[in-house]
Amino acid sequence: MTTDTIDTSLDDAHNDDHHDHKMTGIKRWLYTTNHKDIGTLYLWFSFIMLLVGGALAMVIRAELFQPGLQIVEPDFFNQLTTVHGLIMVFGAIMPAFTGFANWMIPMMIGAPDMALPRMNNWSFWILPFAFAILLSSFFMESGAPNFGWTFYAPLSTTYSNGSTAFFVFAVHIMGISSIMGAINIVVTIMNLRAPGMTYMKMPLFVWTFFITAYLLIAVMPVLAGVVTMLLTDTYFGTSFFDAAGGGDPVMFQHIFWFFGHPEVYIMILPAFGIVSTIIPAFARKKLFGYSSMVYATASIALLSFIVWAHHMFTTGMPLFGELFFMYCTMLIAVPTGVKVFNWVATMWRGSMTFEIPMLFSIAFVILFTIGGFSGLMLALTPVDFQYHDTYFVVAHFHYVLVTGSLFSIYAGAYYWLPKWTGHMYSESLGKWHFWCSLISVNLLFFPMHFLGLAGMPRRIPDYALQFADFNKWVSIGGFAFGLSQLIFLAVVIKCIKGGDKAPAKPWDGAEGLEWTVASPAPYHTFSTPPALDEEKD
Amino acid sequence: MRRGNQRWLMGMWLFFTSLLSSSAWAETQLNLTKGVTAVSREVYDLHMLALYICTAIGVVVFGAMFWSMIFHRKSKGAKAADFHESTKVEILWTAIPIVILIAMAVPATSTLIDMENNDNSEVTIQVTGSQWKWHYKYFDQNIEYYSVLSTPREEYENQNGTFEGNNAKKNENYLLEVDKPLVIPANKKVRFLITSDDVIHSWWVPAFAVKQDGNPGFINEAWTNVDEPGIYRGQCAELCGKDHGFMPIVVEVKSAADYEAWLNEQNALTASAADAEKASLSASMSKEELMQLGEATYMAHCAACHQPTGLGLPPTFPALKDSVVATTGSVAEHIALVRNGKGMMPPFGKQLSLKEIAAVVTYERNAWGNDTGDLVQSSDVNAASGE
Repeated sequence: MTTDTIDTSLDDAHNDDHHDHKMTGIKRWLYTTNHKDIGTLYLWFSFIMLLVGGALAMVIRAELFQPGLQIVEPDFFNQLTTVHGLIMVFGAIMPAFTGFANWMIPMMIGAPDMALPRMNNWSFWILPFAFAILLSSFFMESGAPNFGWTFYAPLSTTYSNGSTAFFVFAVHIMGISSIMGAINIVVTIMNLRAPGMTYMKMPLFVWTFFITAYLLIAVMPVLAGVVTMLLTDTYFGTSFFDAAGGGDPVMFQHIFWFFGHPEVYIMILPAFGIVSTIIPAFARKKLFGYSSMVYATASIALLSFIVWAHHMFTTGMPLFGELFFMYCTMLIAVPTGVKVFNWVATMWRGSMTFEIPMLFSIAFVILFTIGGFSGLMLALTPVDFQYHDTYFVVAHFHYVLVTGSLFSIYAGAYYWLPKWTGHMYSESLGKWHFWCSLISVNLLFFPMHFLGLAGMPRRIPDYALQFADFNKWVSIGGFAFGLSQLIFLAVVIKCIKGGDKAPAKPWDGAEGLEWTVASPAPYHTFSTPPALDEEKD
Repeated sequence: MRRGNQRWLMGMWLFFTSLLSSSAWAETQLNLTKGVTAVSREVYDLHMLALYICTAIGVVVFGAMFWSMIFHRKSKGAKAADFHESTKVEILWTAIPIVILIAMAVPATSTLIDMENNDNSEVTIQVTGSQWKWHYKYFDQNIEYYSVLSTPREEYENQNGTFEGNNAKKNENYLLEVDKPLVIPANKKVRFLITSDDVIHSWWVPAFAVKQDGNPGFINEAWTNVDEPGIYRGQCAELCGKDHGFMPIVVEVKSAADYEAWLNEQNALTASAADAEKASLSASMSKEELMQLGEATYMAHCAACHQPTGLGLPPTFPALKDSVVATTGSVAEHIALVRNGKGMMPPFGKQLSLKEIAAVVTYERNAWGNDTGDLVQSSDVNAASGE
């Protein structure tokens, strides 16, 4: 699909600005129904949450810097790991992707806005309340949730510290927000595509968000269900998860992971979409195997519903169950492999340049693949008995979520910053951000593989002496990675305040409708749908 | 966070000093434990197979990426080709991974079938996780006991004066040592029935490749057959609350003869403990004796929650100092609480002897300025239970 000759009158868009009474000050942001404003809100919110969750992680790493209890009590340590996990998953990664969806999907499909703009406003503005509730429990007598972000019963019910109710209501609000966001994405994509944009002509970015939104709608109610059961078990005398009343604590894990595993793909499929947009742009070559990418994404999403119990191999499953979940999990390597091969094939014999979005995308492909390798090893049930609940698992999911999801978010942010702000970011500052992050993140997470293999369990505030050397380096990597993210803050602020004027299309290999409008994107775009050229190839 | 500025300063200080100091720790391990059972070696081989396959795939894929990053860059005048699909290639790189996966699934399946075969065991031991210790009960024997972390509190709370001192004074098996290890015979199939008294725990000994969750109200099975006598260490692997990091597992594997001798010794001990229990009913202990035994018992069983200071960690773990239970409340109620537990507090009636309960109740009623002057004897404990 080529888009250079689209007949969108920028003057029209400009005129809209005049008869749109955009409010000023705080009211503009509180009352906004504009997809770009809401996208901006989501992105800033997620960055703030990244810093909050990161600060918690740095206290964890300070405690683990060497053996002995140095800084925090074991119970507070558990609160830190729990809230760190919850904030990063629900506060940093997911809202960042929703921010991208809001900003880019309407502009990529030639729609004037999201289909349900008022709901869009609401789905953002309930989020700060959810996290205020969650974080406020740190300042209460009970303390914050201390049962791990996976909140296994009965540690989170009978044996909880009294924070369970706050935790449950915070998760409910996050869930409502996600479901509304997801419905909005689905409705927008189904109804507001520019004439001529059939499903198989949509940018892959849009496809991945479309599939992700379906996953969210399918599993967020399951999460809502399980936290409600938790609530009634804790406060109203039910016994869903208590054997003494005929329940089963392992049932908790089945329900939780039926949500939890698709959740993992909710956090990585949009990353695939972002990277699949950026690599072709800087390789100056069309994405290899567009349709196989779509099918691979859909297959991963479907498979994600039948692999949940691979998180539970040690819970005492029957042999047949262990075999079933092992085989299904291994199968996911196939569509994921197809994606990686397609990205490499896109680079192959391209004409590559290495601006910051491309640097982050290449790092994504390599480091996400390393996370995939450890994932494949974890899928093998007999070996999982050794890896399970050790730092090997911690290394695995941080490679997937930090050097995977978070790096893709950075790649996307650098790629579209010129469109969002109208200015080019500082390439040299961006390089500092990239290289500092790349080196420190590997110092942070790679030695965790060794720690896990050597037998260090996760979620412990103190450890045996043979783990001391690596933990020291991991902590240093952690502090360095945390501080490196402040460079990104500087990049963004500098870019908003000024910098070289960005042209409508700053990347010569970029494709897509978003590059046909001016930079910064006018407040309203595509008030009349663009006309698409016929497919030329 | 309770410990305030001083701890932060300590932390910063430790950070900078330990950057300079070279490592004095035990040797660092990079790879998975090979272990001492047939199963653990199979698991290790499977791990190595998966590692080699992943490394090989990584070399090919990343090699292709770096090749094109080096040679297909615009600055070298590379012109972009315009291919963007090839059904043949795509079928190929769907099929090859499937073949590789099957190659891994076959040994994984056979190992797993071995691991799950719990039949024909010669020794059966019930393993019960309990916040934060392990309870071992030998079937067909009169042997059961608790196994508790034996690393002194001063070592992990860094109470040994100077900071260098804290590190130097951590002993070799820091946090991986217990008062009474589990003892099993070598070269016999030992079956573990694993469960829990409270939250979910997970019993893990890397050298056996055994990791099995203990779920409250349910029983899981696992087994091992160890080749060589020795001492093997592990830890609880499932987050089980505050002291999850402080409930290690130590297994002492003995030769058949040594194991028999140990069984006899333990059975005799159980019998003499019952006699001692009877004898203690008519004995009367002095305040000094009671307080001494009481303090030892308190530190081993009560201090994790109620703290050595008796101040507890409110609101989850209440203080005993100046509490109603340990001062103005009746002795009988105090004894009942220790024996039967309440809410999150486990019942100690089956873990402690009458004498120990008497001593710990006396200690709690007289330590930390509680000074009630109450002395409790074994016979009081026996009478209070009414059993």
